[in-house]
Amino acid sequence: AAGMFLRLLSDVRWQAANPKWRRMTGSQRSTSSTAEPHPVALPEQAQVVICGGGIMGTSVAYHLSKMGWKDIVLLEQGRLAAGTTRFSAGIVSTARHMSLELKMADYSNKLYQQLEQETGVSTGYVKTGSISLAQTQDRLISLKRIASSLNVMGIPCEIITPKQVAQLHPLINIHDLVGAMYVPEDALVSPANVSLALATAASRNGVQIHERTSVSHVAVQNGRVTGVETDRGQIRCQYFVNCAGQWAYELGHSGKEPVNIPLHACEHFYLLTHPLKEPLASDLPTVVDPDGRIYIRNWQGGILSGGFEKNPKPLFTEGRNQLEIHNLQEDWDHFEPLLSALLRRMPDLEALQIMQLVNCPESFTPDMRCIMGESPTVRGYFVLAGMNSAGISYGGGAGKYLAEWMVNGYPSENVWPLDLKRFGALQSSRTFLRHRVMEVMPLMYDLKVPRWDFQTGRQLRTSPLYDRLDAQGARWMEKHGFERVKYFVPPGKDLLDLDQSKTFYKPDWFDIVGSEVKCCKEAVCVIDMSSFTKFEISSTGDQALESLQYLFSNDLDVPVGHVVHTGMLNEKGGYENDCSIARLSKRSFFMISPTDQQVHCWAWLKNRLPDDSNLTMEDVTWKYTALNLIGPRAVDVLSELSYAPITPDHFPSLFCKEMSVGYANGIRVMSITHTGEPGFMLYIPIEYALHVYNEVMNMGQKYGIRNAGYYALRSLRIEKFFAFWGQDLDAFTTPMECGREFQVKLEKEMEFIGQEALLEQKQNGVYKRFTMFILEDHDTDMDLWPWWGEPIFRNGRYVGKTTSSAYSYTLERHVCLGFVQHFDEKTGEALVVTTDFVNQGEYEIDIAGQRFQAKAKLYPFSSLFTHRRRKDEMELSGYQGE
Amino acid sequence: FYLTPPQVNSILKANEYSFKVPEFDGKNISSVLGFDSNQLPANAPIEDRRSAATCLQTRGMLLGVFDGHAGCACAQAVSERLFYYIAVSLLPHETLLEIENAVESGRALLPILQWHKHPNDYFSKEASKLYFSSLRTYWQELIDLNSGETTDVKEALINAFKRLDNDISLEAQVGDPNSFLNYLVLRVAFSGATACVAHVDGVDLHIANTGDSRAMLGVQEEDGSWSAVNLSYDHNAQNEREVKRVKTEHPKSEEKSLVKQDRLLGLLMPFRAFGDVKFKWSIELQKRVIESGPDQLNANEYTKFIPPNYHTPPYLTAEPEVIHHKLRPQDKFLVLATDGLWETMHRQDVARIVGEYLTGVHHQQPIAVGGYKVTLGQMHGLLAERRARISSVFEDQNAATHLIRHAVGNNEFGTVDHERLSKMLSLPEELARMYRDDITIIVVQFNSHVIGACQNEE
Repeated sequence: AAGMFLRLLSDVRWQAANPKWRRMTGSQRSTSSTAEPHPVALPEQAQVVICGGGIMGTSVAYHLSKMGWKDIVLLEQGRLAAGTTRFSAGIVSTARHMSLELKMADYSNKLYQQLEQETGVSTGYVKTGSISLAQTQDRLISLKRIASSLNVMGIPCEIITPKQVAQLHPLINIHDLVGAMYVPEDALVSPANVSLALATAASRNGVQIHERTSVSHVAVQNGRVTGVETDRGQIRCQYFVNCAGQWAYELGHSGKEPVNIPLHACEHFYLLTHPLKEPLASDLPTVVDPDGRIYIRNWQGGILSGGFEKNPKPLFTEGRNQLEIHNLQEDWDHFEPLLSALLRRMPDLEALQIMQLVNCPESFTPDMRCIMGESPTVRGYFVLAGMNSAGISYGGGAGKYLAEWMVNGYPSENVWPLDLKRFGALQSSRTFLRHRVMEVMPLMYDLKVPRWDFQTGRQLRTSPLYDRLDAQGARWMEKHGFERVKYFVPPGKDLLDLDQSKTFYKPDWFDIVGSEVKCCKEAVCVIDMSSFTKFEISSTGDQALESLQYLFSNDLDVPVGHVVHTGMLNEKGGYENDCSIARLSKRSFFMISPTDQQVHCWAWLKNRLPDDSNLTMEDVTWKYTALNLIGPRAVDVLSELSYAPITPDHFPSLFCKEMSVGYANGIRVMSITHTGEPGFMLYIPIEYALHVYNEVMNMGQKYGIRNAGYYALRSLRIEKFFAFWGQDLDAFTTPMECGREFQVKLEKEMEFIGQEALLEQKQNGVYKRFTMFILEDHDTDMDLWPWWGEPIFRNGRYVGKTTSSAYSYTLERHVCLGFVQHFDEKTGEALVVTTDFVNQGEYEIDIAGQRFQAKAKLYPFSSLFTHRRRKDEMELSGYQGE
Repeated sequence: FYLTPPQVNSILKANEYSFKVPEFDGKNISSVLGFDSNQLPANAPIEDRRSAATCLQTRGMLLGVFDGHAGCACAQAVSERLFYYIAVSLLPHETLLEIENAVESGRALLPILQWHKHPNDYFSKEASKLYFSSLRTYWQELIDLNSGETTDVKEALINAFKRLDNDISLEAQVGDPNSFLNYLVLRVAFSGATACVAHVDGVDLHIANTGDSRAMLGVQEEDGSWSAVNLSYDHNAQNEREVKRVKTEHPKSEEKSLVKQDRLLGLLMPFRAFGDVKFKWSIELQKRVIESGPDQLNANEYTKFIPPNYHTPPYLTAEPEVIHHKLRPQDKFLVLATDGLWETMHRQDVARIVGEYLTGVHHQQPIAVGGYKVTLGQMHGLLAERRARISSVFEDQNAATHLIRHAVGNNEFGTVDHERLSKMLSLPEELARMYRDDITIIVVQFNSHVIGACQNEE
């Protein structure tokens, strides 16, 4: 094996690459004894300590130092680029499903391309292009969706025929292909060299690099990083960056204050061959055959081919010491399906001689997205890890975002999908991680269809009603570990198997959800929404109100019993959270926010609330079961169960009252439904949950009550144009941009976070506008369904992307929500988006390359719904954490 | 013409049978966990037979395979009758008396055996009375002979074998007024059968073998690997002791004609067998019986044919060689099989295949390329073979079926090749016998916990 590594590194002239850090690490290279003192001592103090000398650590160091931070120390336990980075296949691919990942990869590609010139270190960068093959029509749809995304980002890309594939690559068997996607600017690099080049540049900018130095733990005081303990002594620092790759989880848990970094390693295999008789050209495109689960690139005249098998082998579950990364065995039997796929794709390779089967572990995360950002519990503790085997593709972009985050307080893009705070302690069980990554790794090449649910690590957090609902045909999805109902399959009806139900077209539950929606509109439905994050904030005096007035954009100084929809904004006016807050008493507030806000919102508030023992905040999520009674007859059910008048006069919209329901007392009832439909949310202390549910179902019978799930809820909220945080709203969206100025206390003389930015927007206008699109010429039965992320075209020009979509059973049309921007036709510069600009365009939505006409609207179809709406107040907020 | 994998499976599984020893109070206290058996015909109809039964009046379980020749009549009769002879031989005097009294007074008989039969394993109704009366005669003699000593299993087995063969011979000489039965007893006597029978009682395993079927013990070594221990000797020309035995039983003048072309008198492969009166009776007796026998018998050239150099009969015996083995915890299973299996597979391979099947563990050495020159195509072929080996395990729920699959379908790599399997199974009846023999297999799985406990007690 050693021979191969030398070969992989044969063009790494790293000893001569950079005199500066070579001097620092100096003669240690030949020293194996740890007893011998290092000639270059560690500094006692630094602003930033980065742990990990792979692509991530060096990229963070590179970008931080470029942005002007100089006092940085990078520690590497072995040698630079000696871990997963060295074994990486070196493919830089921009063909990504999520536009954020696509942007990171595009940035990395451009960075690597000029890196050799910048540093003088040869990076092995070759622009080869890549071909992603489709063996099925569904796969082709999936590729077309990516192609649409790439095209609007200005990345060249085309969908090609099998014949064109044959012209691009001489070895590919095209007989079973239906098409392919060609991305001509994708590239190959020597991963170790890229890492060394980044290190070289960082070092020139003043970053100190110390090899053979391992971090034992991070010192924390008062919730802040204060220093790093290493095997060579201590370094005091303000910031610590965990780029330890597959050891990041363990390092996170090594200190007294654990930082949960949910990732887990799996063995990953790729094959190296000797050169072909006629050696392959070094610019031959990389081939990805997701249906065969393999990738194939040219490598020194031969090929390098690996893949993501169906039955991955997780490892290091018990920690790092069980097996050395370099001693991992080749496992040919395990590789057999991938070898078969390879020979099926390139039959001519039969006679090609094997050089080696490389086993290089990769780390995977619970949702197949990488992990970046600051720890919610330890300030100054940053993480960048869990690349799901796309470390080289993301390395540049991810390093840049993290550096921006540290220097500016937030990256230049919305990175919530990658934010460490999307996870809680509950995703850090070793068993959970082991099981989940075994599902995630094959998913790399599985077809990505809408509404896909993970099957492992389920039934962790459940409502007390779980068994009752399950027995009534509930089908479940999971959010933040919490089981939530998608819809209820009526008795006697059966849906397709999991695999067969995967579709880009009309799903099999269409009619089921339709009848749930109908019941919400005409009678009453009950939806268990217990997963929502619930905090209680109270104080002895006015501290709670004062703090919240500053932290939230809407006026919370409302009479007791009122519910307020409000954003929790950042300095730029963007939504950090979108919540409903009920004033329970003069001094206490009950706050409801999306399910996945549990960690983020807590950290945000903790970091900003004054350190005052008279002000308390409690996470009461687990204490309440939440039932949503939606529909015109909800009022009847509730009044019969409580013997209390619930007419609009007594219980207007956006009110909160504690009342009895059945025998149970102290039920918090709020006249909101998160959908724009009439109804109530019941917050029930969990011990009463079953009782109240039974009472509601019994009493509701005569009003035609039935269970409903989140799919019905989503259809309702989208047709009502309700934006929802995490999907439509993010840290880069302000209330002004989504028509919620009325939820902001701009006129008042009260200061709140983001106020300045909003005032400026009010003055100068907004650069994007949340818009509702109704698809016009779309056939629900025959056409591809919109999902999210579809490009929006106005008068034939790209203006933005959709953020969510649903079929509206009321309009009998698809509704997409998304943002419209205005780019100058010549310069491409972003211009102010006016109401007229939005209203006066002809719109099309691009679904996998096919464009559908759409009607744009800035306000919901109020006329359609007014007869069901109460006069007094419009409820204009919605989120349910899809 | 090509059989699909499901078609292949339906052929292979047509005769499979499994028996699991019932548990009492959640525990199996028997040293036998159960057995799997199966047979695959090459002759039409198949000439092999199998039997399995639990002794009800003594402890222990009986299992046997019987390979018939010159027809299936003898093997059929032996498969029906032999275990009764063995069970009776093992019975204590009091029980024999009790049974005899019951028969005498027309009371219900104590059941002696509980059979474990596949639906295709039939018993002939017509002969049951005749067989019963012969058996009764035997136990009556045993009662009269009452030696007062406890029955030795080895002796019981030998006596039972010899007695049954004697009865077969006598029945044919006496004949029966019923013409069907008369013809039957003659066919039984003029055809032949080998027998390989196991008696398991606690840690005592006895194998009684007559002929060239074989018993083999599967032993798991400390490192998890499998080895085979023979528990029988083939009675054929390859067994020097057997050749010597035959030669000492006959005058020196016959030495050259006794064994020719590895056959007894140049005709018979097994050197011991039931029936085959053509090798046991005097020429006069044979002629008399045939002449007075039914026309069908007379018309048969084979029965009329007298072996050459036939001077000092009998040349053949049914007396078994009995081997006693004390079971140890590492003895995991016993394979009884007719020569159809042993002709195609080495016992070591049988031990490994069954062992791996039963434990579900495959001791395939991982492949390492190392410094060898291997092409992708070669590696692909090798891996496919290894995968097929594993996947064929999961197709079978029966160890005997699994073994047959290997015996018939194995290629030069020692792995099941579906194409070969398909070809072998789709051979027309008249050709099948050219390529393979009838195969009958019983795989008995032992209960190591019970065996270990017994061992500790002793």
